[in-house]
Amino acid sequence: MAENDEDTAADEAATDDATDATDAMTEPEPEPEPVELAFGVPVTESRGQRVLHPSREEYLATAEALRADGFVMLLDVCGVDYLTHAGRTLPTPVQPERFEVVVNLINHARGERIRMRVQVPEADPHIPSLFDIWPGCETLERETYDMFGVVFDDHPDPTRILMPEDWVGHPLRKDYAVGRIPVQFKGAPTNR
Amino acid sequence: MAITDKTETDTLPELTDARVRARESAVLRLSESAMARLGEMGPDAPIDVDDERMFINMGPSHPSTHGVLRLMLELEGETVRRSKPVIGYLHTGMEKTGEQLTYLQGPTNVTRMDYAAPLFNELVFSLAVEELVGIEVPERATWIRMLMCELNRMASNLLFMATNGMDLGAVSMMIYGWREREDILRFFEMVTGLRMNHNYIRPGGVAADLPDGWQAEVERLLEIIPPRLEEYDVLMTGQPIWRDRLQGVGVMNSAEALALGVTGPLLRSTGYAWDLRRDQPYLAYDEVEFDVLVGSYGDCFDRYAIRLNEIRESMRIVRQVIDKMPAGDVRVQDKKITPPPRARIDESMEALIHHFKIFTEGYKVPEGEVYVGVESPRGELGCYMVSDGGSHPYRMHIRAPSFVNLQCLPYLMQDGLIADAVANISTVDPIMGEVDR
Repeated sequence: MAENDEDTAADEAATDDATDATDAMTEPEPEPEPVELAFGVPVTESRGQRVLHPSREEYLATAEALRADGFVMLLDVCGVDYLTHAGRTLPTPVQPERFEVVVNLINHARGERIRMRVQVPEADPHIPSLFDIWPGCETLERETYDMFGVVFDDHPDPTRILMPEDWVGHPLRKDYAVGRIPVQFKGAPTNR
Repeated sequence: MAITDKTETDTLPELTDARVRARESAVLRLSESAMARLGEMGPDAPIDVDDERMFINMGPSHPSTHGVLRLMLELEGETVRRSKPVIGYLHTGMEKTGEQLTYLQGPTNVTRMDYAAPLFNELVFSLAVEELVGIEVPERATWIRMLMCELNRMASNLLFMATNGMDLGAVSMMIYGWREREDILRFFEMVTGLRMNHNYIRPGGVAADLPDGWQAEVERLLEIIPPRLEEYDVLMTGQPIWRDRLQGVGVMNSAEALALGVTGPLLRSTGYAWDLRRDQPYLAYDEVEFDVLVGSYGDCFDRYAIRLNEIRESMRIVRQVIDKMPAGDVRVQDKKITPPPRARIDESMEALIHHFKIFTEGYKVPEGEVYVGVESPRGELGCYMVSDGGSHPYRMHIRAPSFVNLQCLPYLMQDGLIADAVANISTVDPIMGEVDR
């Protein structure tokens, strides 16, 4: 479903580009804005907060570099499902995907915070675990897996944490229905 | 106990040991279903099972687990070798619910997370929305927020005193802690109309101005609580049995605390001075004087002593807030965000429209994402919020300090006695409503 939507959106964008180009031959093509880099990956500002956008391949190396730079504590890992809000603002080289894993870090010595937003495709929802760098990510990554179905590779305990072990589905995904789920009691006797 | 300057945190401890310890693990990495069938599995069991080891459950409904926390313990005699907290019994999907509620309704949802410190949840949610919208709240609202939050911190720490006393056998302490807390909650009721789950701090300011005579009420609190804290010192702090139960139990060093993402009194008990109120001031904390308390051993006693003395520091802040409370509005004067006063609706068509729009569809928040953190009584309480430009948060994630702090429990309990496990759970002070959300 989502893929189809994206395809049509992409087609429309392509035709729009073509008509624009023929309409405005005189106007010079806008230069692609230079992408600012930090730790070798694109960096943006969101409401005055620094955000890094590493790809999945760069993710671990960026995390290592940040750790070496004094970001001693991992505060938060969470997921976002951009199924119904695909057109969000991202720096040019970053391809938007359905899922995003967001990691918040803090550097106590400099009193500085930084955030990593990593794109995770729906077809292959895998991302390396940060456990070897900050063991504190353990429960947070389990929660993200539980809620979004993003698998953290090399995680020491890749199980559900908030939902029951045998639960089907990932509740915080946007295509997961809201409410009206019968209360489930495992193996409870019923008189019906 | 010591009071430190910022310079002492400049040299960071080496983390390697902590990482190694995390990999080798105090955590019993065993699923719930495997735990249930461990006896039948024999050689197929995912972990080594020998006759000396016993696997038992503590909780989820155990008087010392602060709600519904279940611990899977691997015991050798009475010694805890490995353990794993199992949570989720209070999970009601509040982050999902948050996506269905408008920004105006949001605080009613988040306030139910950490029910011992509800105002902090409302505060962090409101700060995140305000950051996204780009509004500046009036000065008086900021100071009222600070007053209420510090009183809430006192109430929350008094609740800790009560439950901690009960867990460790000082049962009369439970009554005393609740009694003092109730005095503060009575003041909350006077201001917000409710003892808990206030929905008082809202994006744009606070719901209502402080009632007449609030100074006298707060001063009465500041008068009755200090002598009672002295009583606590007599009853617990200086008592040899109490000290024996807590000193040297559940020791954690700064490197481990940092590696595990532990914040708040737990981090400070290791001697690491980090408090967002001082180090990344929000509200008007840079205009009041207070000390950041740190421990030196990182054991249960330090965690207890820090919480007890933070009540005194909070009272110091509250005293300054009474003196410095500015006059003025308590809500931002932006008609798109603040609903009009009831009387205006009868007089003005425009006010009626604004009232209708705000309460039916809510106000729109510009697209963007933001993370805001505040120092709650349990550590860094964070809110990550994504807006798609609509009137509901696209994603609202709460970084719950109890949830993250809980993962240090296996490390604290490793190679200790079961009796000490209770002391450890108690001084980590998890609030399960916030852990499970």
